[in-house]
Amino acid sequence: MAAKTIISRPIYGTLSPQSGKHHLFIADAEGALAITDMARKAPPGFFDGAEINFIPGLEGKHIAALEALKPAQLHIAPSFASLLPRLKQTLTNAHMGLRLYLAGTEGLIGQAMQAALEAGIDHTSIETEHRGSLARRMQCVHCKGITENVTTQPALCSHCGLLLLVRDHYSRRLAAFQGVCINAEDRSEVPPMEEIFR
Amino acid sequence: MGITFRKETFRDDYTFRNSPEHIRRFPFPFNEDSYMYAVNIEPHVVGPKGSVLENLIDVDEHYVAEMQDRALVLAEDPLRCQSLPHMTLAGWDLLELLMEQQALGYPEHFTLERNGDRWRWINRPLGIDDTFTFGDTSTLPYGPMEYITRQSQGDFCILDQRDGNLWMDAGMVTTQADWSLDFDIGMNFFEWHAPVPLAHEKGIFTRALKFLTNIQQGKPARRLNWTMTINPRLDTSPENYHKWGPDRATVTPENVGQKVHLRVELQSFWRLPRSNAIVFPIRCYLIKMDELVTQPKWARRLHRVIRDLPEELATYKGLTRYRPTLVEWLSKLDDGSPTSPGFGPD
Repeated sequence: MAAKTIISRPIYGTLSPQSGKHHLFIADAEGALAITDMARKAPPGFFDGAEINFIPGLEGKHIAALEALKPAQLHIAPSFASLLPRLKQTLTNAHMGLRLYLAGTEGLIGQAMQAALEAGIDHTSIETEHRGSLARRMQCVHCKGITENVTTQPALCSHCGLLLLVRDHYSRRLAAFQGVCINAEDRSEVPPMEEIFR
Repeated sequence: MGITFRKETFRDDYTFRNSPEHIRRFPFPFNEDSYMYAVNIEPHVVGPKGSVLENLIDVDEHYVAEMQDRALVLAEDPLRCQSLPHMTLAGWDLLELLMEQQALGYPEHFTLERNGDRWRWINRPLGIDDTFTFGDTSTLPYGPMEYITRQSQGDFCILDQRDGNLWMDAGMVTTQADWSLDFDIGMNFFEWHAPVPLAHEKGIFTRALKFLTNIQQGKPARRLNWTMTINPRLDTSPENYHKWGPDRATVTPENVGQKVHLRVELQSFWRLPRSNAIVFPIRCYLIKMDELVTQPKWARRLHRVIRDLPEELATYKGLTRYRPTLVEWLSKLDDGSPTSPGFGPD
């Protein structure tokens, strides 16, 4: 299912140090490792102008590795929702030439990019690297509710309860994949739920 | 003489019908006995009298009923009409285009009077007589795009042109063939077409984008697209798929003629003068099988097209469940004799 992809599906790269004085990193869980890997290629003093916002998640790992980079600012947040007000403020007040780096789960990259787009940053200028879970954020096309951390295909909408096909069709504006009722034509057809976005 | 507007519905009791004259003018989309994607774009110029191309913006006997259906959809789901903040000027461009074209083609039904930027718009079929200041949104009851597209048949997408791409940044989409404006708004040309099978590999979208970004003011272009719909439902949105999807399982050999409809989109592409955006009207025409097969050439040809359609396309167009029933029904109207070239009936 996930093997063959479509054009609206985001493609992630590998973080690489960009020129400029101001660097803003947003990462969750194993996304920290994308930053430490990139640090090996970074010029001396690179992190003097860097702010790292990190959401360690339940396992709480990788904080020490990020501290060792000696960024100008390291902010640890318990969740993306708790980070968002600060992130919006940072983006609103950002200097021209701020470089943005997003690393970690697809949901984190998508939501941070959504905040950046709203602040007028062009998505092609943002460095991204996917690490960790393949769990998806999904918008139910029917009730418009967002379901977080979808790992199954099909998946239940956590708002209206319809059984949804999780498509590869992706909206940067919503930071979500599209979910469409999988058995709309005959509700008695209930395909098995498989865990495929891990 | 003017158009006699039908009182009819596109939901619940589905009283939609085409008059015999409207059957003859139906934009049948197949000019040969098979179908595959192509960049079938041509200049949008005026066509024969009595055809849907007689005027570049077509108004027909379904106008009033379609506008009533649109109002019902918008009341249920206002997200079907959205415009990103930078698209207001393009909305005014579209208002001008549609008022000019409708007044030009149907002076008995629509009148546009201009006195500098003070405009008066009279829409007799809908009983509207409004005076407003062009460019001043506070003088209209809705934004300019919403105001005029509540009075114009077809869906409308306004595409902003930048970075060599087209961006779906505004639209009025209530009669769509299963795509969501709310989901796709803000996407570029390749992204919003991403779910379409086969066409990307054939380079269709790369060539189409190149063509569209070069469209010049005063030289619109057009193409036809098609799908099928069970019951004459205009609102076949993904938003309501769980409501209309079950209809696809209701097709039987006895009701094919009444239930199954060919749905043709006349898509046109116009450069807008002030905003440099492209407006993309998607005008939907419906015809039930019983009406379509009154033209024997169309019956024979549609049989061959549907029977031989590649499986991916049949799936994408949602025909899978009822295709065998439809093909069987159409086969009885196909004696195997040749069909004449071209789209029109014999």
